[in-house]
Amino acid sequence: MSTAAVAEIDDLTVWFPSPGGPPVRAVDGVSLTVRAGETLGLVGESGSGKSTTGLALLRLVDPTTGRIRVGGEDVTGWSRRRLRGLRRRVAMVFQDPQASLDPRRTVGASIAEPLVVHRLAGSADARRRRVAELLDLVGLRPETAGRHPHELSGGQRQRVGIARALAGEPDLIVLDEPIASLDLSVQAQILNLLRRLQRDLGLTYLFIAHDLAAVEHLSDRIAVMYLGRIVETGTPTQLWREPAHPYTAALLSAIPVADPRVERDRRRIILSGELPSPTDPPSGCRFRTRCPQARPDCAETDPPAVEVAPGHRAACLYAGEAVRAMRADPPAPVTGGPR
Amino acid sequence: MSAPVVPSPRAGGEPPGGEPVLAIDDLTVTLGTRNGPARAVAGVDWSVAPGRTLALVGESGSGKSMTVLAATGLAPRSATVTGRVRLLGRELTTMSETDRRRWRGRHVGFVFQDPMTTLNPVLTVGRQVTEACEEHLGMSRRQARSRAVELLDLVGIPAPERRVDAHPHQFSGGMRQRVVIAMALACEPELLIADEPTTALDVTTQAQIVELVADLRRRLGTAVVWITHDLGVVAGIADTVAVMYGGRIVEQGPVDAVFAAPGHPYTRALLAARPRPGAAGEELAAIPGAPPSPLDLPAGCAFWPRCPVRGDARCAHELPPLVPIAPGHRVRTFYPTTADGGATADPTTADGGATADPTTADGGATAEDRHQLRPEDR
Repeated sequence: MSTAAVAEIDDLTVWFPSPGGPPVRAVDGVSLTVRAGETLGLVGESGSGKSTTGLALLRLVDPTTGRIRVGGEDVTGWSRRRLRGLRRRVAMVFQDPQASLDPRRTVGASIAEPLVVHRLAGSADARRRRVAELLDLVGLRPETAGRHPHELSGGQRQRVGIARALAGEPDLIVLDEPIASLDLSVQAQILNLLRRLQRDLGLTYLFIAHDLAAVEHLSDRIAVMYLGRIVETGTPTQLWREPAHPYTAALLSAIPVADPRVERDRRRIILSGELPSPTDPPSGCRFRTRCPQARPDCAETDPPAVEVAPGHRAACLYAGEAVRAMRADPPAPVTGGPR
Repeated sequence: MSAPVVPSPRAGGEPPGGEPVLAIDDLTVTLGTRNGPARAVAGVDWSVAPGRTLALVGESGSGKSMTVLAATGLAPRSATVTGRVRLLGRELTTMSETDRRRWRGRHVGFVFQDPMTTLNPVLTVGRQVTEACEEHLGMSRRQARSRAVELLDLVGIPAPERRVDAHPHQFSGGMRQRVVIAMALACEPELLIADEPTTALDVTTQAQIVELVADLRRRLGTAVVWITHDLGVVAGIADTVAVMYGGRIVEQGPVDAVFAAPGHPYTRALLAARPRPGAAGEELAAIPGAPPSPLDLPAGCAFWPRCPVRGDARCAHELPPLVPIAPGHRVRTFYPTTADGGATADPTTADGGATADPTTADGGATAEDRHQLRPEDR
């Protein structure tokens, strides 16, 4: 595709030291590109490394190896001082706006902070006007500027978090679980807002979430992570219609559908076992210890990502084939207990 | 008036007369707060039969958790609780605290969202799983230990004879929740109360726990009350559903009926607001505003300020009664809708008297108010 890359991650690893043992390999060889104007969804369960990948993109954690480029510039080795500029270009919206907003500051002061830090609006007056404009963009009334976070609902607080992220006119916004702590009736409001802002302002998103339904709704492309690696990338349609990696297929089949008739007849792929420790990932394919279709050579070869269709890649030695076999012959649901 | 009892075709394991395991009638909970009284739950009634699952659905502040806490005598001290609660035929509200604790401990198991709030980090899981049994069933230490191994095996913990001596931190989140379920089942309770038991878990782990509870319920005949905000989970586990909003039940009925033909505008709106697979890119039918706080509930219908139907001025001032729209299916609205999204007439125009016979209200369109209802126009 010819669209310019806003951010590129190239063979990134982030290892955290763990006392008296091998390091925790939170991210272990991830490459991805976020293109201008798109939403790239990054999904995975806890421990998959999706949030660490997002933090590394802002250099909020330091990469162990690999390169990070933003707007074509290699920011991997940037100093603390230069990073301030990076954080104007890449902004972040966090899961819990309660925790990410300073409770003692007014909403207006929180939104204005990036303007001050990055010297974007000269006079106090210009800042006030810009804050009012930002509040309007996210659907809040101008007088909200004088309120404190605790006076707002969860949905309103997340709108403030989004306004703050927009303040520096970033090239990329990393959305880390932006709706996970909101009430169901409010989640749709925020998803609609994010979509509208993207359309109106030409924003680029990296949308990190565990909720595949929400990710699918907002994303142009999706990358699925498991134990520090990307196992599959493709469009939402490609992933829903024809997942090529067994983990993606299992993840999709685990999502409950709000229709009792569908739920009753559903053949669910229930994964057995536990997520292996990221300090000692399995040899070969990392998913093989839980994969219903694992074969002997899966323990030998670390599977490279192969293209199964244009723009659709999976890191599985039996990409496509394994999922077709699983679907034709799903294993009996494993609850672990004796039958 | 008590709730329509869920028909229980299950044979065996039922108390005489097919009585519900837990029946709540006109339960109201008022909390004393710094900012005045908060009416957390009002006029709730439902019951759950042996081997059946009732899902209590709602958003934050809807009163779903407070309902079961108050019913089982676990409401905070500042709460004033009124109404009747029968657990296996015995009235809990008039029991002494000691008797209630014993009766509850013997017959009800609890599973909460965060397993670490239930588990003691310094005790082995084996000790904790059977702690309650030792007290309630008078077991010896050795009997308790072998029972613990049995229970850990029942909930699918691998190598239970070894794991029984492990501590909670040595288990993953999903495995800890299995331990809590084993604890809850230790005394073979007739009722399992699960309050958002999978909310903190990943979806693949959630699928394992949902499957486990469904399987245990089938095998042991336990009645389950499952509290959740996730409509997908409800669709997978429930026989009956009670949807709560602003402390009241707004819709209640068999799971198929509630999902296929939701009668309350709130239920309809919640179902419509979910992103659906294959419909990417469409604007979602969001519900404006936020759920009300129990401190500041609207007069009349609590959903009125956010309601897409917005029937008439009565909605803003008068509390709609819970009226039947089909057998066992009730809604608290002046403007119930039918499966095709059309309006039924207001079944309450006969002023209270009309609620007696479910068949007359069932889609019965004596349609003065038909014009009021429009499809969600977004």
